[in-house]
Amino acid sequence: MKKLTLIAAAAAFSASAVAAQDVVRMGTEGAYPPFNFINDDNELEGFEIDLGNEMCERAGLTCEWVINDWDTIIPNLVAGNYDTIIAGMSITEARSEIISFTQNYKEPDPSRYAALIGTGDDVIDSGVIATQSNTVQAGFVAESDADLIEFPTPDETIAAVRAGEADAVLADGDFLRPIVEESSDLEFIGEPMHIGGGVGMGLRQSDNELRETFDAVITEMKEDGSLNELLIQWFGEDTPTF
Amino acid sequence: MFEFCADPSILPTGQWFACYLTSGTHMAFYRSFLVVMLLLAITAPAALAMGILGALALRSDFAPVNLLGRGYVNLVRGVPDIVFFLFVPIALGQGIEWVLHQINCPDWDQPIRQGNDFIVCREAKMPPVGASAWTRNVYGFSMAIIAFALVFGAFVANTLYGAMRAVPQAQIETAESYGMTRAQAFRRIVLPQMWVFALPGLSNIWQILVKSTPLLFLLGIQDAVFWARELGGAKTSLYTYPHPDWRVWYFMVLLIFYLFLTWGSERSFGWLTRRLSRGQATAEGERLRRGAA
Repeated sequence: MKKLTLIAAAAAFSASAVAAQDVVRMGTEGAYPPFNFINDDNELEGFEIDLGNEMCERAGLTCEWVINDWDTIIPNLVAGNYDTIIAGMSITEARSEIISFTQNYKEPDPSRYAALIGTGDDVIDSGVIATQSNTVQAGFVAESDADLIEFPTPDETIAAVRAGEADAVLADGDFLRPIVEESSDLEFIGEPMHIGGGVGMGLRQSDNELRETFDAVITEMKEDGSLNELLIQWFGEDTPTF
Repeated sequence: MFEFCADPSILPTGQWFACYLTSGTHMAFYRSFLVVMLLLAITAPAALAMGILGALALRSDFAPVNLLGRGYVNLVRGVPDIVFFLFVPIALGQGIEWVLHQINCPDWDQPIRQGNDFIVCREAKMPPVGASAWTRNVYGFSMAIIAFALVFGAFVANTLYGAMRAVPQAQIETAESYGMTRAQAFRRIVLPQMWVFALPGLSNIWQILVKSTPLLFLLGIQDAVFWARELGGAKTSLYTYPHPDWRVWYFMVLLIFYLFLTWGSERSFGWLTRRLSRGQATAEGERLRRGAA
């Protein structure tokens, strides 16, 4: 009997040893600066990359980044191609039915409209608005009186406004701000709007253990102020902090 | 790449472009063309093999095999390609994991499908847990090749089936009257001669295959189309090389690449047709015979 428990204990130990070495695969889009993007050296960079690496280090996990299209980012998580989504994803009810979220690591950021200079505010209600598909903004425009035109990547929504295909683009203010500030042809129109909840990390609903691990790390980073440092580093002094 | 690239924002245009076009992402862009060529180099023989098997099944007198061949060819040709490209890697991937799960973890008591999640035990994960990124890329790439081979194999099968029937019946009967078995007659008479009849159809399929390699992008492989879109998009000063929307130039590079590829293949097929027509009882074969005489 004693021998049997010993074997069981050894088996349990080796199982947990293997689990500790598991690689957690982090899924991201890599096309959403400054949240996550591929820099010119072909490496991932951005707020979420810094945050993800820090979280993994604190949790003692080995993490590996995976780039996946935005449109299929949830199905591929569910299919097990990677273990987390960390891609500027707003926590919404509809998404929570399919995947689960950690607590938010970024406060809700107001969405903004951007248009060519001189467009005027009336296109918000009557014009053609470009958004990235499967985003909270796409859902918002679909409900409004304006016509919706969707694109698979955020970059294409801006290009559509410049090409005159759309009258304005609706996206996260944090994504639009550097673009509007650096270009001579775009400006913000209308008022900032709160559409989505905060941004959190998505996981499979069955992965409770991993979610609790990351939740604990986010709480820790909120408390010691390191999360605020990262937020200010990537989004500027005015960004809402915890 | 070059030493003067340390601070691109102060460079004159010429040097700026030299640095820009040799950045890490551009190197990946250039490599992605090799990925496309590699896919073609592997898929074409694989599809041909699938096609030969399919054509043999279509010719078979044994009803189940014949039915299998007909089912395969008609099913694949009747469903939009893109559905197959999305379906095959997912179905195959989950199928492999399911089989491994049944073999490795017979004691598993939880259901495999929990709501939206597809859950198998650790030992059944494919690629295995902890596999390197390189292994995962190879796995994904193989899935793409299987999907391509399955889809294009069906078209090849139908083309080859038609080509086999185009070999003059009189020749096969002559061979059999010389005492050859059916298999011998097929190997010695039909197989060598059918290619000239198959070539126009095969060249069609090849050109379509060349043009459908951008579908790789759908399967999550970073091919030339992915990089053209990624690199061409406008870049803010967050990037080392900020620039406006240059997608049109990148897509033009793709256009030229694919035009050259299809033009080159057209020429190769022309050469193959002339070569295979020698001594054939076709118009081209007759023309060659008279020209030589």
